[in-house]
Parts: sequence; C-alpha cells; structure tokens
Amino acid sequence: MARHSISLALTGSGGAGVMTAGNMLLDAAAASGCHGLMTRSAGPQIRGGEAAALLRLADFPIDSHDDRLDLAIAVDWENVQRFAAELALDKQSAIVADPAAGEMPAAIAAKGARLLAVPLKQIAKSCNGRPNMVALGVAMAALGLDEGFGLKAIDKTLEGRDAKTIEASYAAFRAGLAAGAALDLDCRLARGQTSHPSHRWVSSGNHAAGLGAIRGGIRFVAAYPITPASEVLEWLAPALRRVGGTLVQAEDELASINMAIGASFGGVPALTATSGPGLSLMLESIGLAVASETPVVVIDVMRGGPSTGIPTKSEQADLAIAIHGLHGDAPHLVVAPLSVADCLFTTQWAVHLAESTQAPAIVLSDQFLGQARAVFERPADIAFAGGRRIETAPGAGYARYALTADGVSPMTLPGTPGGQYTADGLEHDARGTPSSRADDHTAQMAKRARKLDGFDYGRHWAEIDGEGEIAVLSWGSTAGAVREAVARARAQGLHVRLITPRLLLPIQPARMAAALEGVRRVLVVEQSEGAQFHRYLRAHYDLPKSVEVMARTGALPFRPGEILGRIAAGGAS
Amino acid sequence: MSAAPAYVAKDYKSDVKPVWCPGCGDFSVLAAFGKAFAELGLAPERVAVISGIGCSSRIPAYTRTYGFHGVHGRALALATGLKLARPELTVVAAGGDGDGFSIGGNHFLHACRRNVDLTYVVMDNRVYGMTKGQPSPTTEPDWDSALSPGGTGLRPFNPLVIALASGANFVARAFSGDPNACAAMIVAAIRHPGFSFVEILSPCVTFRPDQRGWKEQVRQAPVAATGDPARAARRLMTDDGFNLGVLYQGDRLPYRPPPGEGARPADLEAEFAA
Repeated sequence: MARHSISLALTGSGGAGVMTAGNMLLDAAAASGCHGLMTRSAGPQIRGGEAAALLRLADFPIDSHDDRLDLAIAVDWENVQRFAAELALDKQSAIVADPAAGEMPAAIAAKGARLLAVPLKQIAKSCNGRPNMVALGVAMAALGLDEGFGLKAIDKTLEGRDAKTIEASYAAFRAGLAAGAALDLDCRLARGQTSHPSHRWVSSGNHAAGLGAIRGGIRFVAAYPITPASEVLEWLAPALRRVGGTLVQAEDELASINMAIGASFGGVPALTATSGPGLSLMLESIGLAVASETPVVVIDVMRGGPSTGIPTKSEQADLAIAIHGLHGDAPHLVVAPLSVADCLFTTQWAVHLAESTQAPAIVLSDQFLGQARAVFERPADIAFAGGRRIETAPGAGYARYALTADGVSPMTLPGTPGGQYTADGLEHDARGTPSSRADDHTAQMAKRARKLDGFDYGRHWAEIDGEGEIAVLSWGSTAGAVREAVARARAQGLHVRLITPRLLLPIQPARMAAALEGVRRVLVVEQSEGAQFHRYLRAHYDLPKSVEVMARTGALPFRPGEILGRIAAGGAS
Repeated sequence: MSAAPAYVAKDYKSDVKPVWCPGCGDFSVLAAFGKAFAELGLAPERVAVISGIGCSSRIPAYTRTYGFHGVHGRALALATGLKLARPELTVVAAGGDGDGFSIGGNHFLHACRRNVDLTYVVMDNRVYGMTKGQPSPTTEPDWDSALSPGGTGLRPFNPLVIALASGANFVARAFSGDPNACAAMIVAAIRHPGFSFVEILSPCVTFRPDQRGWKEQVRQAPVAATGDPARAARRLMTDDGFNLGVLYQGDRLPYRPPPGEGARPADLEAEFAA
C-alpha cells in the first residue's frame, strides 16, 4: 500500500558516501514530484567517524522529521551506536544491511526491526561501483521511484567526472534497484496531489539564506568560517562575484562584523554569518551599528552551546544573547526563519528591515534549518517598498542624526559633497558631534527606539494559523514539527491555534495580544534547556493563565507525535 | 604662474574642539592631515578617516572629511570594509599604540598581510592616555605606573618590524614635532599603493612628560628607503626607534576584489531547481 510519508536513514562510517547517496535520493525524489527533507547526523570527525543521512519523503509539504523510521539502510555498522538514539527504529521498521559488515550492533538489534540482508559490497565490487550507489538503488526500488530520476541525480552530482566513474555508478545503482526489487520490502510513496515539480527547489537553509541576502541587496560579505554557518558564506563567495559584490575572508569575527559595518557606512548593504561563539565576539560592534545607525545583517546559525558546545547539532539557545546581549539600551532587530524555505524570505526581509531602519538585524537560523536540505516551492521574489533613506543633496544645515518624526534620519554616503559627518559609537548630537549632555543622550536614545518601534512590520511579523482556545507558540526550526502536530490535532477534531513569530525584536505587544485573543491555554515548544523563548514570552507578552512548556536541549529534534501528545493530553483535561 | 591650489589645510578642519591636552602631539598630526590632503588635492568628501578608541582616535570628528569613530581596536577592519566596498575613496585609518597594537593587534597583522590600499597612521605615545596613564605594548619595561608598579618588565613591541614582517607595503616613521615632515610622510603613504603604515611619535605631555625630550632624540634616518625587505628588517631591528623617514617601500600589488561578472540575482536560481 502506498503511503503519504516515508522516513528512512542511510548510515555508514564517514567516507562511505551515505550523504552523497542521501542527497541523490532527495534530488531524485524531488524531480519525481515528491516533497522531502534530509538532515545529516555526523560526528565531529573531519574525516571518518559516523554518519547518517536522515530522509523523509512525502506527498505533502513537510518541515520536520516524522516520529519513526520506516527503513534504514546500513552500508556498514561502524560507530553506529553513537547515533543510535537518532534512529527511531521499531518493530515495524525494516533494516537493510550487508551480512559482510558483521553482526548488527546490540543498540540497533534491541529496536526489534526486521533485518533484510543485501550484499551491498559484493554487488558493488561486481560492477566496479561503490556500495553507497547500490544502497541508493535499493532505496529507490523500495520507494517505487523511477530509475530515470536516479540516473539524473547521479549525473548532477558527478558532473565533470570521467565516464568510467559515472558508468560504474550507473551500474551499481542499477544493481541496487534489482536487489531492492527482489526484497520483501514495500515503502512505496503515494503521489498525485503534488504541484508540478518544475516550480520546486531543493536547497539547504544556508544556501537559501545566501540567495535571500542577495535578493535583499547585500553586495558585501565579510566571512570567518564556523560550523554550521560556513555554507552561507561559501555559497555567497562565488554568487557575490557573479552579481558584482564582494566577499572578503576576515581574520576573526571581530573583524568580519566591523568590515561589514565599514562597507555599509560606504553605502553597500552588508552582511556576515556566524554561529554562537562568533556572535558573542561580534556583540560589542553590533552595538556600534546601533549607535552609529549603520544597517548591517548578522546571520547566527545556532548550534548547541554554551561555549564551543556541539557545533554539528541544532539548538535554539542563542535567543537570549541575540535579544539581550548588547550593553546599554540598544534597540535592534531579531528575526528567525520558520522553515528551510523561509531562510530565504526571512534573510531578505532582515536586509530590508536593517536598511530601512538603519539598524543591525540578527537572523536566528539554526543548524537544522541551515544544513537540512528540503524540497519547497520557489519562494516568490518580493520587492519591498522602502529601503535605506539616503540624502544625496545635503543642505548647509545637514545633520546626520536629525530628530525626525519617525526616528529615521536620511544618511549621506562618503563621496557626497557637503554631507560629511563622523559616524560614532560615542553618544552624539544631531550633527554627530560627540556629546555627554543628558538632553542629547535622551533625544538620541528615544530616536533610536522610535524608528524601530514605529516601523510597520506588517503581516510578516508572525505565521499565525487557525482558531481555538488552545494555542501552540513556537519559533525557528521547531515550528516545523509544531505545524505538523497541529495539523494532526486538527485531523483529530481539536481546535488548535498556531502562533510562530518571525519577528522577535522589537516586541509586538498589540499584535501578540490580537493573536492570543480568546486563547485559554498555551503550549510553548522550544529547544532550550533554560526555556529562553518561554521566558521571553513571559517578559513581554500577556499570556493566559494556563501555560505549559516543552523546553529541552537541542541535539535531538522534536517529533510531531510527542507535541501532539501534549496538545491532546491538555485538551482532554 | 601656477593656479591656486584646489584646497588648503583648513578646508579639512572641523569646528569641533579637540579633547586633547594642551601640548599634545596629536594637534600637530591633525594639522598634518589637513596639509597632506590639501597637498594631494583631495576633495574632503572623497576622504574617510577611520578610528577606534583612545585620545588620538578622536581625530575623525576634528576633520571635515567623512569619518567613523568605532569601537576599541577595530579601526582597520572598518577601514578595510569601507575601502573594499568603495575603492575610489581615500581611506585613512588612525589611532594610538594601545588601540592598534594591543586590542587591535590581530587586525594590524592581517591588514599588513592583506595589503588593501589603505594608509594607517599610528600616533605612538607609549601610553594609554584616555584611561589616564597605563602602559601600552610600546611602553618601556621600567616605566612605573599605578597599574604596573615598577614597570611591566616586558620588552616593547616593535610595530615597524611587525608591519614589515606581516607584509605592509610602505613603512615609515615621523615625529609630530615637525608637522610639515609628518604631512609629507602622509602624502607619500597615501600615494603608495597597498597598505602603508606610518608611525608618528606623538608625545603625551600629561602622562609621559619625559617625552618632551623626544625632539632632541629624533633624527632623519641616515639612509634612503629600501625596497629590500631583508635590508629593511635589519635596519628596523637595529635602530633605536628614533630614525625618521620612509624606511621601507615595497612593490606588492594591492589586494583588490575580482570584478563582477554582470549576472542578475535571478541568474543564481538555476542551481536550486528540483
């Protein structure tokens, strides 16, 4: 029987090529009209170690993994116990493994899944191919995906390689298809209600964020490598060159944020991307962008913390530092994408907000959103009205920090005669002259707050869906699992409201109050041991009396089923 | 008869009153900036003076050019971003020894190495003045202060040697007591392609009154500039810190980002298609 959603894992030691095979499988499924999501589970080893490609394919849009795995294909068993917790196998699951790889580890065997033996290595050897391509064939056969899509995916990945390598991959893939077809294994995916695949994209959130930045007008990027943000920067390096922008590798994050501020002062919209440790280093200079009113965008692809934490695993625990990390009263913007696809929109929007308000914007992505690859509809290219207010013909009395009604003062760019001023981290008067006077401080503080508080963020401030007395509040990557839990709850007849803010700072009390109108019970879901999102909501918004919190550390993503359990349990009481 | 110059030094001076103490060497450096920009005929709006934190880092507000007074130690990063984004501007970074060599030390190394077409002027007075007299990386080991009673006991940092070793394309020393010579040095530094480093000995009369004696100690370097890094290194390692002049002039090509390829953002979308 064809199913609407199939979840599978490809596992193997690092270098076995399971990520390559997983990406090919996702590409093939996308081309054949499926929705899909792939995340990677890898250890900290640079080469070697353990690896798993976790895939979910479906005939409806998905932003999260399912509760369990239908299938695991193990190219080998090396180190698999290290991520056994991430393999949600059960008695209904099937495991395809090579008998030559030895006995199934106890941690996996204990899950009780059905074992199917396929001599992956031997098959690969017989056609001079690699076991990962045999595994790809087995998976495609089990899913009922057409051979042609697999061959195209191989072509795409191996573009530019010699004919012998490509032929060997074809042969191993076809041998895998045959071996898979011969198995007592049915993971066929239902199809039909899908839109035309030609409108679909396959991308990671990090690459999508890069394109969002360029769509938003970013033409200068300063980069310092850090996991899991490096792909944003590595994608932007050639892309910026193509569109006439500049990427420079900085000596550290202190330099990258300041280079971006310097470029933006020169009139070129600028961005940098980092993760928690880098954000910590940048904070002082983000405050400089606040005081000097220089637009700049910082993408923080969050990982497990504190300190160096877990660079390869997701967590939503930089919310507090992003909001409260700047010293002094420093109004700024914090936004968070709500899905892999939304990394594009939210980054583009962040550029628009930063440029329009002449303030720094922090984009809180995370490892899950950044490094997952997903299938999604091509995000529309939105042209935002507004942008940076630039003074091209300053008069004799030009004052860079003039106290305007909306708080935004037109800025001159270097090169403009008569518009010279000194941007300053020191408090200053309207002309920019350093000042320690109380009246200047009060007026400039109010101006910097006013321009952000008064800005019209429109409907983009949150994704809100549904009616009902129960509301689930979440943000960032966790919103994906929450959306699916809410959909399942509604299918059970529960009336559940979904509130997922995209704009976290400045706070939006009136909008949140309207979103919560009529809600009697709230469930907060977040990946933070310290419940940072819950504390943020408590500090800034009026919540109903009944509030439950699902807050835990990152590393393991939330599953829709466990959230559904909490929604349903409370609903029954 | 030659035409009147396009600009004179006072065209670059703002009406903001400096916070500096009477007798501070930085007044002369400010004057030298004006003289140098006028000599080069630079329109004030085509120049940006970028700084960090410290007494000398206050200089941007005292000029009538564009300016950025950033956070402590990051002047070179700000200046690098601006110059790469707007290569047609003349970008001058300025600051003190604490800002440039201590908290900003890493940026100093990498700015020299990156060799972007910038000029970096460090007003070296071997003390943190704004915080009222603590030892800096260039302070003598036995200089007594509240923060390091009896002296730091540490060997001073040699910024010119570090600049040379890190790849700076132009290395010079000047003395604020001779503003015309300072101006000439700044003119040469701006004209020279790539990263130009000028150390200006600029006495702190408040916390280092002993530096009033510098005017007797400084001298013109006995030899002309060299383009040979090995020879320059030997010269800089063996001088006493008071030889003035252009001490090294290299011929490395400045770092410039590669030109764009004329694509539109929509052209980047092909790779995303399923």
